[in-house]
Order: sequence, then structure tokens, then C-alpha cells
Amino acid sequence: MTTTSEIVRLPAARDEWRWRTVCPLDRLQPERGVAALFDEVQVAVFRLYDGRLFAIGNVDPRTGAAVLSRGIVGDRGGVPTVASPLYKESFSLVDGRCLDAEGRSVPTFPVRERNGDVQIGLP
Amino acid sequence: MTKHLVVVGNGMVGHRLVSAMLDRATDWHITVVGEESRQAYDRVALSSYVDGASEEELRLPELTGLDLHLGDPVTAIDREARRVVTASGTELTYDALVLATGSVPFVPPVPGRDLDGCFVYRTLDDLDAISEAAAAAVARPGPGRRSAVVVGGGLLGLEAARAMRLLGLSPQVVEIAPRLMPVQVDEGGGALLKSLVAAQDIAVRTGVAVSAIRSESNRLVATLSDDVELDADVVVFSAGIRPADTLAREAGLRIGERGGVWVDATCRTSDHAIWAIGEVAALEGRTYGLVAPGYAMAEVVADRLLGGQAAMTPDELDMSTKLKLLGVEVASFGDAHATSEGALEVVVNDPVAGTYAKLVVSDDAQTLLGGVLVGDASKYSTLRPMVGLALPADPVAMIAPGGVELGADALPDSAQICSCNAVTKGALRAAIHDGACTVPELKACTKAGTSCGSCVPLLKKMLVTEGVEVSKAICEHFAFSRAELFQIIASTGLRTFTEVVERHGTGRGCDLCKPAIASILASLGGGHIHDGEQAALQDTNDHFLANMQRNGTYSVVPRIAGGEITPEGLIVIGEVARDFGLYTKITGGQRIDMFGARVEQLPAIWKRLVDAGFESGHAYGKSLRTVKSCVGSSWCRYGVQDSVGMAVLLELRYRGLRSPHKLKSGVSGCARECAEARSKDFGVIATENGWNLYVGGNGGATPRHAQLLVQDVDQETLIRTIDRFLMFYIRTADRLQRTAPWLEELEGGLDHLRAVIVDDSLGIGAELDAAMARHVENYADEWRGVLEDPVKLERYVSFVNAPETPDPTISFVTERGQPVPTPRAGDPVLIGIPSLTRREVSA
Repeated sequence: MTTTSEIVRLPAARDEWRWRTVCPLDRLQPERGVAALFDEVQVAVFRLYDGRLFAIGNVDPRTGAAVLSRGIVGDRGGVPTVASPLYKESFSLVDGRCLDAEGRSVPTFPVRERNGDVQIGLP
Repeated sequence: MTKHLVVVGNGMVGHRLVSAMLDRATDWHITVVGEESRQAYDRVALSSYVDGASEEELRLPELTGLDLHLGDPVTAIDREARRVVTASGTELTYDALVLATGSVPFVPPVPGRDLDGCFVYRTLDDLDAISEAAAAAVARPGPGRRSAVVVGGGLLGLEAARAMRLLGLSPQVVEIAPRLMPVQVDEGGGALLKSLVAAQDIAVRTGVAVSAIRSESNRLVATLSDDVELDADVVVFSAGIRPADTLAREAGLRIGERGGVWVDATCRTSDHAIWAIGEVAALEGRTYGLVAPGYAMAEVVADRLLGGQAAMTPDELDMSTKLKLLGVEVASFGDAHATSEGALEVVVNDPVAGTYAKLVVSDDAQTLLGGVLVGDASKYSTLRPMVGLALPADPVAMIAPGGVELGADALPDSAQICSCNAVTKGALRAAIHDGACTVPELKACTKAGTSCGSCVPLLKKMLVTEGVEVSKAICEHFAFSRAELFQIIASTGLRTFTEVVERHGTGRGCDLCKPAIASILASLGGGHIHDGEQAALQDTNDHFLANMQRNGTYSVVPRIAGGEITPEGLIVIGEVARDFGLYTKITGGQRIDMFGARVEQLPAIWKRLVDAGFESGHAYGKSLRTVKSCVGSSWCRYGVQDSVGMAVLLELRYRGLRSPHKLKSGVSGCARECAEARSKDFGVIATENGWNLYVGGNGGATPRHAQLLVQDVDQETLIRTIDRFLMFYIRTADRLQRTAPWLEELEGGLDHLRAVIVDDSLGIGAELDAAMARHVENYADEWRGVLEDPVKLERYVSFVNAPETPDPTISFVTERGQPVPTPRAGDPVLIGIPSLTRREVSA
């Protein structure tokens, strides 16, 4: 069985990653995330009200449940966040850091829009 | 060596003494001998018994580590042998004896006062007897009003009058003094009080006495001193109390000039081994009929018995009172009758608004001496502690409407904020600086506010002035409470989160404000909760209209209104659970919960359920959950109404109603209460004559019993009352505040709630009714709404790029024949579950 820590281990050099298509941009409702599956990697992808796109790991590190795409999107002190639906811990969409628990974080992925599609960069 | 303390009397003051002794390690063994067979109870709250409070609720905390000898009064004291004898012949020797026998009702020597139908108003037994007589009178056939004559228009008399009205009788109060509550209020306040009381269908006659009572064709006739005759089914004497000092008189103890066992400032009687406390004690000759001085005496005696030097200071005994009778607030404090030499009275009398306020100040107008407040006593908590202190402002401005608002900061540290428990402002400040930052925490560590509660508003103000932030702001994005946001959204007509946050907040919201605003929009009739932008506001469970479980799967609960389900319905649920591999469990709300559904399975599961006639049970929402019911009169031998029918009616009326927190209800078909309605936010219990409605109950971590709101009402009144209750709650409660804490915090409590929704005191009844009518009319099943809308259905996929692929992190193991989530490392492990085969059986 794949453990959480293996999922989050990613290479540092992001420019070598492959771009993979998640879905058409208009499928992404503002502030409501979607989950996407690439091999065994689960990604939660978000579109903010101002149009910015973010992608982070979908697995809640506290519980191991793949649910972050279903959390409420908002901001804390101006930093865009998603709150895990299980125990309501907020994660920064910018760097994946948990803002309610020291030392807990989720991976982040590069994300872009190409020809009307949302794409994320994967190793 | 252990010494023996015998306490005669098991009332509030005796209880306080014993509690104070047990709080400290002592070498005293304690025996309490009581005349009433009941456990000690809160006699100050006696009248709430008529409102439906049970004996258990009135009971004082049970004490352990003592001998209780109840239902057997002490009949004699042998002072020589230091021994008491009880009615049953039990003999107890003592090293110290405390008399806490309280008082007996004073019944004026009126001919006919012993007739059947004449009662006193003092104990739970008295109230039981009165209730029985009132019920018999109400049930008696024949025309005409059933009425009660209440002799005495003091505090107790007005409470009795209110109780009579609750029992279905028309009360007539007869008071010998020229005004109601002559001890507490002055002439001006009394006049206003009389008109406010009379406005509530309680006839008041002052300045007359009852001179005779006679029996006439199964009823009573009371003749007054002005020759007026009053018909009555019940006569209640509540004309004051006399110290229960017979035992002491017979034992030859010194008696006060106006009755009561004479005690010195240490509460010691003329016998060194005997003490007296509470209403039976004549402290340096004077008796006190309030509980606070009694408590102070109990503390003094406890201290003395343990070798301390405590003493009473009768001059400082606080006779202040604040109470709410028949919805009318009355307070008096300090020198209310301006008996101090040269005292000046400042009066603001507003008969239009129904308020009267008087301050008594020293001859130089520099010091506050006392005051009287009628109609609005909200300033009592700040004014009372200022008695004896320099006036901080012009006395007229202190009581005039729109005048100066005084807070705790106007008081010195020595001022007593809580007079019941003698807690000073200094002690409260110390507690706040030691970390108490909420009212409940202050109550717990100082006892302030735990008796009469009148100082609680001041405790709140103190927390603010001491720098403890009691912010009502819902989160960093809004500086408003939920109730304020509700008002803003309702009055501005804004119907999207974006509009609301742009005009009245900052940023883009969070998991606190978004669901709160989603709930407000839904309560205001915002359509399907997944329409448009609303979809992104919904909390965890509302996100996919199902309850998220620990592994990211969902549980599904179809509505089973009132817990009533056909065999066909049961079979459909069973088949759906079997076909989708779901774990099933019966819920506490008489429904069936199916666990382990993956998000992409939800539409197919609900298609089957909706096709079979089921609808969403809203188990996921902060909304009405279930209306639990017992089987009721259709089947039950004891049922008096159709509780299942009522539960179904209520559940279908309020289904889908979004609220600040979940709402639970129950309907019981008789007083046996098998549906546990009193543990619900709104509970209905059938009576012979209709329905009783209880509100503000819940189970959970802080269980609360619901309180009686209306009694014996018909179905139409019941439903209108619940409609208004729910809508008023939805509009004014805080985020995630259930009905019980909401009601506790509601200024004016249950009486205020009743005034708003029964008597329509705020004039919003029609508006609340209309809001509920809109809800009922616009209700639509949320799951049907999803199944019929391809855009909404599109959301129910595991992965946007692989819609049918199950989430690979989800797996199950089998436990007791059903699937449960695979345990994760770090999960709690059950150890040592006993199995039958391993259990050793003793022969």
C-alpha cells in the first residue's frame, strides 16, 4: 500500500516536470476545487475568484483521507487557503503549509492554463 | 475525637451550612434532620415548578458524607442532655445543634381559613395540592370562569397569582397595604406595578383585607373588609412568613421581640451549644426573609464551628432584590424607602413606557443610598454595587432614558458585584487576570453570578473593560455576529456571498463565514444550496449533501419522518445498502444510516432511493434532522394523542429548514415521554387537553432539558408557536449556537421569548409567520434537485480526469459482518474485548 509520505516526495527541479491536463478551465468553478488522479498521485486543483490557479496534494496529512479538493476556499491574512473538510485545518494554497499545525504540509504543484485547459506539472 | 453536629432543617440555608462544612476537612460528623421528606431544593425557584420544572431540576446538589434523616421532624430539644428527639422517637445527641427550620406561612386569623380549597404557598407539597385542586376546578362542568383569590400582594403573592394563571384560574390578588410589594417598592413604583400587573388579567385590590371565607355550593366565597365578595375555587394565602421557632420556644431559648430565635452576631442562641441561621434566626432581634443573609449566617456558623472568628455585620446585610414577576421587572436596593435622615429622592416616572425609577441620595446629593426600579431593572446590576459610594454622575442622568451608561469601571475594587455570594470587583479582577476570560469561567472560579444571576451583565462588562476581548465578530472577514449578518442580508437584499463580502467584509472568506452566510441565504429562501456561487460556500457535509466520514467516504440518510416506515421502504433501504456494499446502522433519531459510499456512488444510490419515494433526510445539514416519536394513541394503551401523526406533520413542515445549528425534535403521546422530547430543541408532549411545547433542550456534551413554553395548546397554536420560535432563533442566534445556549444568553430568557412569540411584544409575529410560510411553500428535495440537474450531477465524480475511478486511498475491512474503514497506523486499538467463551462463569 502506498503511504502518504511516498506520495509527497517530489523532485526539486520543477522545470523538468511534465505538464498534464486536468480539465477544461470552465469546468473549474471559482473557489470550488476538483480532484484529479495521475497514476497514484492525487491533486486538488483550485481556481480563485480573481482567476488565479493553484494545485496542491489532495490527501489530508492528518487523516490520510483524500479530501482537500472538497474544502472551503478562502483566505487568511490575505493568503489564499483551503480548509480540510475533516478537521478544518487550513492549508496555504501558495506553499502547502498547514496554518493550524506546525510542521504539517502538503505538496504543491505548478499549474497553468493552456488553450482553455488547466494543466499541472508532474515529475 | 469526632464531634457530632445536628442540623435541624434541610432547606437552602441548612444545605449551605452543611456544604460549607463538607468543603473543609473537619472532625465533625453531621446529621441533618428534616421535616420534608424531599431532598433539599431551591425554594427561591419554587414557582418554576408550576412551569414544568421537575423536582430533580430544583434539587440542590446532593451532598455526601453526612447522615440524612428526612420526613421525621425534631419534636423536642433536651438542652441538658444535649439531645434531640424526633417524631418517630429517634434520639440524637449533639455537640453542636444548628436550627435552620426556616419559616412557616403566615395565615391571617380569618374565619374559614381551614376550609377545603384553602392553601398556603410554601413547599412543593403545597404546589402539588394546589395544582390538583385547580385541575379539579378546571375540569368541573358548568359555565363561568374558574378563579383563585390570592391573599397577599408581596413577592410571593404575585408569584402565586402567576402560578394560578398558569394552572388555568383567573387570579385576584388582595393586599392589605395600599400598594403591591410594599416591602420592596415605594408608592410611585407600586402604582405602576399595579397597572402593569392588572394589564395581564390579574385583578388587584389593594388596601383591603379578607375578613371571612365561606363555602357555598362547592365553591368558596371570600368576603373583603369593604364588603365586596369574591367567588373562588381556590384561596391561596401568601401573606408573609413567620419564623418556625416553636421548637426553640419550647426548649426555653431566648426569642426575639418579633419572633424568631434570638442570636448574637455569631449566630449563637442563648444556649452556647445551639445556633440558629436563616429565616428562623432573629439576628440581634431582627429576622430576614431572604436567602442571601441566610447564606451569610450559614458561612459564619461553619467558620465558628471550625474555630474561626467570623461574625455577621447586620448593618451591612444586603436586602436588595431584583426579580421579574409576570414579565415585569422590579428591583429595590439599599435604602429604598428613603428612611435615612435628609435623604433626597430623584424620580423618573414614565407611565407611557411603563417604567419607574427612583434613586435615594444623601442630603448633599453626593452619595447613593438606594433605589427602586419598576418596569426596567436593567440598571440594577450597576447601581446596586454603588450604594454607599460617591455618585459618579448626575443622579437624573443615571436613571433617565438615554442618560449615562455606567459600567463596572465606575466602581471601586471593594464594591460587591455579586451580593448573593459576596464577590467584590477586586476578586473578579484578580480572577480575570489569572486567566478567566468568559462568564462561565468567572462563575466557576468565583461563584459570582451563580445564585440570582442579576450581576451577569456586569460580569460581561467587566470582561470587556479588563481588556478581555469578547468579540462577536464571526471571523477575520466580517466584524459582525451571525445575527447582525442576518439582519444585513435580510434588509439589503444581497443574495450572493461576493456581494456581501465586498460591501460588508474583507478578503474572500473562510470556512467560518462562508457556511454561516450560506445558511443565512438558505434560511432566506435562496433556492438549491448548490445553485451558482452558493455551491462554493457549503461546509463539509453540505458539499456533497452527505456526511463525510473519517476516510473521505460518505454516509447516506433518507428521511423517515417521525420514524415511521413501511415494510417496502425498509426493503428498499436494505437492497440499496446490500447492492452498494454499505454498512448500516440505526441512528438515535429513528432513521437508518448507510455508511461507506464513495462520492461517485452517491447519485446512483439516491436515484434508487428517490425512485422509491424517499427524499433527503438532511442528516448532513445544519437544519432540521428528525422529529422522533413514540407510537402514540394509535397503538399505545397510555397514549392520549397521535404522536406519530404530529411528528410526521412537524418533520414535513420544517424539513430542509437551514438554521445556525442542527435542530432536533420529538413528540411524545403522553406524559411518560417515551420520545424524550424534553431533550430536543423543540419537544412536544401530548396532554389530555392538547399539546405542551418545550424548547431549548439537547443531548450531547452539555445536556439540557427543554423548558415549557406553552401548555395545553391546540394544533394550530402549537404550530404557530414553533414556527415563530424557529424563525426567531434562526434570525438571532450565533453561528453554531444551539437553542439551549441561545436561550440562556437571550436577554430576559424564557419570559422574553414567550413575550416575543406568544404575545408578539416586538410586533414581528406576522413577519416570522410569513417567513415560515415561504419556507414551507418553497421546500424542494435537495437530492431530487441534484438528480434532475446535469450541471450539479457533474460534480459527483471521484476525479475530474477519471470520473469512475474509485479513490485508491479508500479500503475496507470486515467487522461483525459489515464493511468498516481499514484502520490506519496510529488509530486507537481496542484491547481486551471480553468474549463469551473466555468469560469465567461462577456457579
